[in-house]
Amino acid sequence: MKIMLITDLFEETYFAISANKTRSGLTILGIVIGIGSVIAMISIGQGAAGSIESNIQAMGSNLITVSPGFQRTVSQVQAGRGTAQTLTMEDAKAIAEEVLFIQAVAPELSRRYQIVAKGKNTNTSVVGTNASYPSVKNIEIEQGSFISDQNVNSLSKVAVLGPTTRDDLFGEGLNPVGQAIRINGINFKVIGVTQSKGGTAFGSQDDMIFIPITTAQRFLAGSDYVSTISVQAESPQVMAQVQLAITSLLLQRHNVADPLLADFSVLSQQDILGAATSMTDTMTILLAAIAGISLIVGGIGIMNMMMTTVTERTREIGLRKAIGAKRLDISLQFLAEAVTLTFLGGIVGIILGSGLAYGITFFTDMATKISLFSIILAFSVSAGIGIGFGYWPVQKAAKLNPIEALRYE
Amino acid sequence: MLEVKNITKVYKSGDIETKVLKGISFSISDGEFVAIIGPSGSGKSTLMHILGCLDVPTSGQYFFEGKDVSQLSDDELAEIRKKKIGFVFQSFNLLPRATVLRNAVLPLTYANISKGEREKIAKKSLISAGLDENRFHHLSNQLSGGEMQRVAIARALVNDPAIIFADEPTGNLDSKTGELVMETFRKLNEQGKTIILITHEKYIADNAKRKISIKDGEIIEDYVNN
Repeated sequence: MKIMLITDLFEETYFAISANKTRSGLTILGIVIGIGSVIAMISIGQGAAGSIESNIQAMGSNLITVSPGFQRTVSQVQAGRGTAQTLTMEDAKAIAEEVLFIQAVAPELSRRYQIVAKGKNTNTSVVGTNASYPSVKNIEIEQGSFISDQNVNSLSKVAVLGPTTRDDLFGEGLNPVGQAIRINGINFKVIGVTQSKGGTAFGSQDDMIFIPITTAQRFLAGSDYVSTISVQAESPQVMAQVQLAITSLLLQRHNVADPLLADFSVLSQQDILGAATSMTDTMTILLAAIAGISLIVGGIGIMNMMMTTVTERTREIGLRKAIGAKRLDISLQFLAEAVTLTFLGGIVGIILGSGLAYGITFFTDMATKISLFSIILAFSVSAGIGIGFGYWPVQKAAKLNPIEALRYE
Repeated sequence: MLEVKNITKVYKSGDIETKVLKGISFSISDGEFVAIIGPSGSGKSTLMHILGCLDVPTSGQYFFEGKDVSQLSDDELAEIRKKKIGFVFQSFNLLPRATVLRNAVLPLTYANISKGEREKIAKKSLISAGLDENRFHHLSNQLSGGEMQRVAIARALVNDPAIIFADEPTGNLDSKTGELVMETFRKLNEQGKTIILITHEKYIADNAKRKISIKDGEIIEDYVNN
């Protein structure tokens, strides 16, 4: 069956849309707002997902965190997860010695103390750890050096400052290496400063003081327990295997038969990432759904305009039929009009939405990310709206009886 | 070239049946200029719709160039209209805000003809319909009634139809312009076009060579004009 040439179809469409510029423009505006807000909302969602993901990646690579579980007591009362003192230095040593595919193990014992230096003071978290910590947590040294194995073995009273802590105690940019600070009334010598990593959703790694873990246990905590053990696996492929090996080693060491009763938990970065991703995905879908409502309203605008157009041009449709246009010719003509309107709206909407996303990043520092996916989605949704919401008016036009249509006043 | 055998048309509206055509038979040969004349309500428009393949009869047969077209589908009828039939309407039915040329070209956009070729044909038709070349790029709503009807005639001519139907073509025109339009039809007939004119005015029908008079859905007279 012969139908109109595609170039004719474009010409007819251009003619029809430009014949009523104001109306076409206002109708397109509905789609522009709909597509624009969908693009902007998705970009906010994906931007948030991206920054949370990079925060988690920044915590270290191939990182597995072992935390203590509940403190099990004779009574049925349970303290919160992570409060128990079930992990020890021996556990950390055993993991390092017995589990395969491990790059480094860094036990940590952290607690907040009041720190005094040269008349200034601050309250921050003091982390007792060992020489593996910088490699496990992706931390680099800006000034001086980090804690060495020698420091750990000899219980040295040395401290490495985070850049924020350094700024608080000594003033911005000053070199504190060699200076003394007092933690909980005990003198420590500053031997280094770490490089800034920026704040993350999981607390700032810049506002910290690192000291040898043995020193922390002996002089500050007065006990042998550790608060977490951070383990770096050799590669992403062995993560699951290492996670399992640590779990079974610790179950055996703690004499726990039932894994459900374990007094510790072993979480990989992927576990945390998975939880965060599902959260940001939900947020993105929610934002897009809200913006999608305006897109539907825009679609109804298209339907409304097409209905008016078909009614207004009843005689024209009658004439076209009389001179030989088939149903398909009429359908295609009006469908092309509807799809062109939504497509134009889609293009302008993508530009507007992207502009909005850049604007949000520019003025509020909130991360946004315009993905190819959201642009393809917007394009196909806008074309789909043209077809979907145009269908009814188009069918109305195609089914018109030429005799009645020609008589229409 | 066309022949109707005992065709009827019944319109149903609820339980009420209206018999608009009550068994009409006649035939028209190539090159004839026929006027179908009758008062309003006589059924002449309905007859034209059937002859023009815009509608199908309720019963009876209609042979168009020897082919029975009385039971064809909408799209099959559209194909015949596209290739064989030209229409001129009382109210012109031009596309508003479109140029004269675009209006005349319109039927060819449904006929898969290249753009250059189409414009050539349309210009030729406009000239044979008696329209001045300097009007070709005017918008249709800037034209006078007589000019509009000539554009409509040109539009009816572009697909080189076997037959042209003119439904009250002078109804919206003053008598002088109407006379000019009728002259255009006479010329086209002299050039060999078959023309069927539908009118209720006797003096318009006098332009045709043959008159078929209809009243209450029946032929009351079918004679050759002298």
